Amino acid sequence: MNERTLRILAPAAVLALGVMLWDLIVRINDIPPYILPSPGLVLTTLVADWPILWSSLLATLETTIEGLALAVVGGIGLAVLFNQSRLIEHSLYPYAVILQVTPVVAIAPLLLIYLPQQAAVLACAWIVAFFPVLANTTLGLNSVDHNLADLFRLYGASRWQVLAELKLPAALPQMLAGIKIAGGLSLIGAVVAEIAAGSAGAGSGLAYRIAESGYRLNIPRMFAALLLLSLAGIVIFALLSWITHLALRRWHESAITREA
Amino acid sequence: MAASPSAPIVSLRGVGKLFGTGTVALDGLDLDVRDGEFLSLLGPSGCGKSTALRIIAGLSEPSRGAVTWRDGADARRGIGFVFQEPTLMPWTTVFGNVFLPLKLTGMDKAAAAPRIMETLSRVGLADFADAYPRELSGGMRMRVSIARAVVTAPRVLLMDEPFAALDEITRFKLNDDLVALWRELHMTVVFVTHSVFESVFLSNRIVVMTSRPGRVSSELAIDAPVRDAHFRTSAEYAGYCRVTSEALHQAIRTPAGVAA
Repeated sequence: MNERTLRILAPAAVLALGVMLWDLIVRINDIPPYILPSPGLVLTTLVADWPILWSSLLATLETTIEGLALAVVGGIGLAVLFNQSRLIEHSLYPYAVILQVTPVVAIAPLLLIYLPQQAAVLACAWIVAFFPVLANTTLGLNSVDHNLADLFRLYGASRWQVLAELKLPAALPQMLAGIKIAGGLSLIGAVVAEIAAGSAGAGSGLAYRIAESGYRLNIPRMFAALLLLSLAGIVIFALLSWITHLALRRWHESAITREA
Repeated sequence: MAASPSAPIVSLRGVGKLFGTGTVALDGLDLDVRDGEFLSLLGPSGCGKSTALRIIAGLSEPSRGAVTWRDGADARRGIGFVFQEPTLMPWTTVFGNVFLPLKLTGMDKAAAAPRIMETLSRVGLADFADAYPRELSGGMRMRVSIARAVVTAPRVLLMDEPFAALDEITRFKLNDDLVALWRELHMTVVFVTHSVFESVFLSNRIVVMTSRPGRVSSELAIDAPVRDAHFRTSAEYAGYCRVTSEALHQAIRTPAGVAA
């Protein structure tokens, strides 16, 4: 068995075993579905509730992607500003850190008071997602090869040329690593905000469905929604990994497969 | 083929360099670079020869003394620099790397292409224009670095131990090619090295430097008209190497602060 099949078969086997075990436990102990639904029931619910779950998934995905897009623009934009001006960096960086270290769960209810709901959810997604983009891009912009920087100086390159031709391309690997982290975090931010909004009795996203189903003891639907959320997270991660691979495959060590 | 004794293209007078750490890298360095010559700065590690080169290039300011360009300070713009490492941009191709100095002066790709291809042929890389640096060997990367430095047809080419990290055979080949390039392009070369053999093979003139603080210990003229494989194995070459080695030993023995 080669490495590639092993990498697919092994986790698939673990999944199959886990699901079988789960099903067995439910059957043997005769656990009612409002405590623990069987895997089959979760799948049936997923199909039966598909219209409502699908529209919820779209709502959550929309928030996630918008949050990620704003995080990418904001994170890279701030990193470039910080790199260009010490004053701006010293003035704003501490607040970026404060936003990052304050748990978003605690900020979300406040944001929901002061902002329209959709804007508040988006703001939460942005707050958790932008920092890794900012931190990684800053690291990348600051790790430019000194000799290359000297070379640009020697040829009288302008500030703009140094940024566009040297710093941004050099920072691309770190930037993409930050964006990959931000994709998952944006989903988390959206979910947290939706749960907070859900406890206020309004909402449309998948997380809101989870909160709502919880109140109604509709546990199979909770599981179905959770399953969809996980899948959404996996797809986002896979997509961002693929983009990273495409962007770096020709030149960066991280994206190059070596023959042993 | 003795260098012309006309006005030096660049002169250093009483140049000193004191680093913030308290290290005196250079003290009272007097050096004339003559038009069209191949000059080697030879000395032990830490004798400030690289610092002298950076000062000539304008990448570092002298703490004391003056650097005078015969044709005015703007003549500094017309120099090429080759670092100890190839210092290539990994995210772009060989073509892109050699294009850089021309791009920074505002030349567009189509206009620059013939010149880039011609330069790549000169260094034997015509077939590798589309390769990425990581796909090349160490010697080939150094050739790209040299091509990048000479693509602007510089009057003065500064080289900071460019072949120190290469194996002997690759180094011989690159030395041969460098001599050819120097002849064809009518450049003035200042070559920093700690190799007696390399400096004798390449140079018209060798300036031997003392260590800490760096200043000129002695000067040797190498009057051999032809530099080829035959020269490398000749008694004449061996004789020059012996004299140069003695001069280097003398420079190392000279106590710091005592002028030779």
